[in-house]
Amino acid sequence: MLTTAGLPLWGRYLLVGGWLLVPLLLGKWDYGLHVLIMVGVYVVLALSLNLVNGMAGQLNLGHAAFFGIGSYITALLMVEKAWPFWATLPLAFVISGMFGLLVGLPALRVSGDYLGIVTLGFGEITRLVLINWIDVTHGPMGVPGIPAPTLFGYAFSSKAAYFYLVTLLAAATWWVMDRLAVSKIGLEMLALKEDERVAQALGINVGRVKLQAFAIGACFAGLAGAFYAVYISFISPDSFLFNDSAVILCMVVLGGMGSVLGSVVGAVILIIAPEGLRFLGSWRMVLYGILLTVMMVRKPSGIWGLERRVRNAIRLTAGG
Amino acid sequence: MILQQLVNGLAVGAVYSLIALGFTMIYGVLRIVNFAHGSIYMVGAFMGLTVAKHLHTNLWISITVAMLGAAILGILVDHVSTRQLRSADPYSALLSTLGVSIALSVTAELIWGSSTQPFPSGMAVHTYEVAGVVVNSFFLIIIGVTLVLMVALYLFVQKSPLGVAMRAVSHSVDTARLMGINVDMVIRMTFAISGALAAAGGVLVSVYYDAIYPSMGYVAGLKAFTAAVVGGIGSIPGAILGGFLLGLAENFGAAYLSSGYKDAIAFTILLAVLLIKPAGLLGRHLVQKL
Repeated sequence: MLTTAGLPLWGRYLLVGGWLLVPLLLGKWDYGLHVLIMVGVYVVLALSLNLVNGMAGQLNLGHAAFFGIGSYITALLMVEKAWPFWATLPLAFVISGMFGLLVGLPALRVSGDYLGIVTLGFGEITRLVLINWIDVTHGPMGVPGIPAPTLFGYAFSSKAAYFYLVTLLAAATWWVMDRLAVSKIGLEMLALKEDERVAQALGINVGRVKLQAFAIGACFAGLAGAFYAVYISFISPDSFLFNDSAVILCMVVLGGMGSVLGSVVGAVILIIAPEGLRFLGSWRMVLYGILLTVMMVRKPSGIWGLERRVRNAIRLTAGG
Repeated sequence: MILQQLVNGLAVGAVYSLIALGFTMIYGVLRIVNFAHGSIYMVGAFMGLTVAKHLHTNLWISITVAMLGAAILGILVDHVSTRQLRSADPYSALLSTLGVSIALSVTAELIWGSSTQPFPSGMAVHTYEVAGVVVNSFFLIIIGVTLVLMVALYLFVQKSPLGVAMRAVSHSVDTARLMGINVDMVIRMTFAISGALAAAGGVLVSVYYDAIYPSMGYVAGLKAFTAAVVGGIGSIPGAILGGFLLGLAENFGAAYLSSGYKDAIAFTILLAVLLIKPAGLLGRHLVQKL
């Protein structure tokens, strides 16, 4: 199980320091900041999906639904009930997690590819409810005019403020996932992923671990959704499609299923690289599809596997 | 009103059955879910549309071209995304075909545009009214073609040497190989037949509604999967039964409950079946569970 512990300390400080200085370097280039903010959102999403798909080995193809549920909770509470953003945040976290539990229930009965289709169906049902339950969700028109969060009277008006907020969320998620990976829960998940029967024979309550994975994963996806709602200030059912679930999945697969650092790197690459490939237009999505297929066909070890190979090579040449 | 819903349900159900057959056959032989199946159905229908539009051919030629094109596409999908994963877990195959599915649907959008287009059938539509139920000639064609294809499939699977080989592979790949069956060839043929059946359904449904659009593959694929699971995945009669049941359930549900949630009915049924009777109505393969 790879964590950031693999990075030397100075490397980590350099990375964090560099990242925090980015808004100064980019200055008024809002577009560049926007891309980095989306990187932050997708880091949280990829990390949370990695917990379910990668660490616990439960195929979840409807992760965008939790992202959507989180953002609708924040958006509706802020627009309709004038709640402050910070009060909606824990609610988005908890309620998304409750939906995660709900989706985790079928995982107790079915696994593997079946579970994938069930979670896909859940994503689709969520979208249909968002479109059809017009009294509450405003239907296909979405929720416009979500106010900016305020902190001690200071309103989040600049991109830089959102950048720091999403950095905080992403860093918190990363830290939690890093801790989880080496915790009892994380090891139980790993056992579940490797062999469900053996895990059960070892006395692990397999059902509980599955539910934990789905619930915790959904909590963090909801958190990303809450941030996304206030940042974009307009959400609609179209913001949370199957395509988004597929993109998040591609990040996790590219990073190497189960690797925390890999998910982060996968998210960074798949958000930033397409900006350079903007001339490809919609063909980018074709590229994602091909990437997913190639990754699966050529043994899904991902960046994590690559990174491990490089480190092994270094150790060998260093005579370790 | 009830009879009219029955007619609509049967038409849609026939198409679901055709697509579900492909899911069930591939699952029967390989024990994987071919996620790209819905995309093959959609691309096949678009191939039929291209022929119909540019060569002004009639419906029968469109269907034939669509079936042939989709058969080749099916073999290609196997070649690039599942051939390498024969002994891997089904999870990997699902994700790798998911990648193909994404690539195919976006490519289709780029080639044919993402908006809904009419599907010229090149034939006059007759409308018949029997006891207050309106039936048009396309309905009769859907039911007719579906029945012909199903009978052909039945004869093929039961009587032809290749069909027997297919059943042998679905019982046990290793034993079939020991008996001298070319397993890879059987698998390729299964993909080809699955694709052809789905594409026939795609052309039929596009003509019936006079509408074709690239995103239709995704939802139809999910529903056909549901139909296959309801009937019992791996079972050919099960897929047919499941397809018709789902078509009817959807139409009655949309008419009497809520049309906005029409698409949700299928998924609710899927969840219910998986939770209550994962083997499906006629299934022999139990869903792996603990």
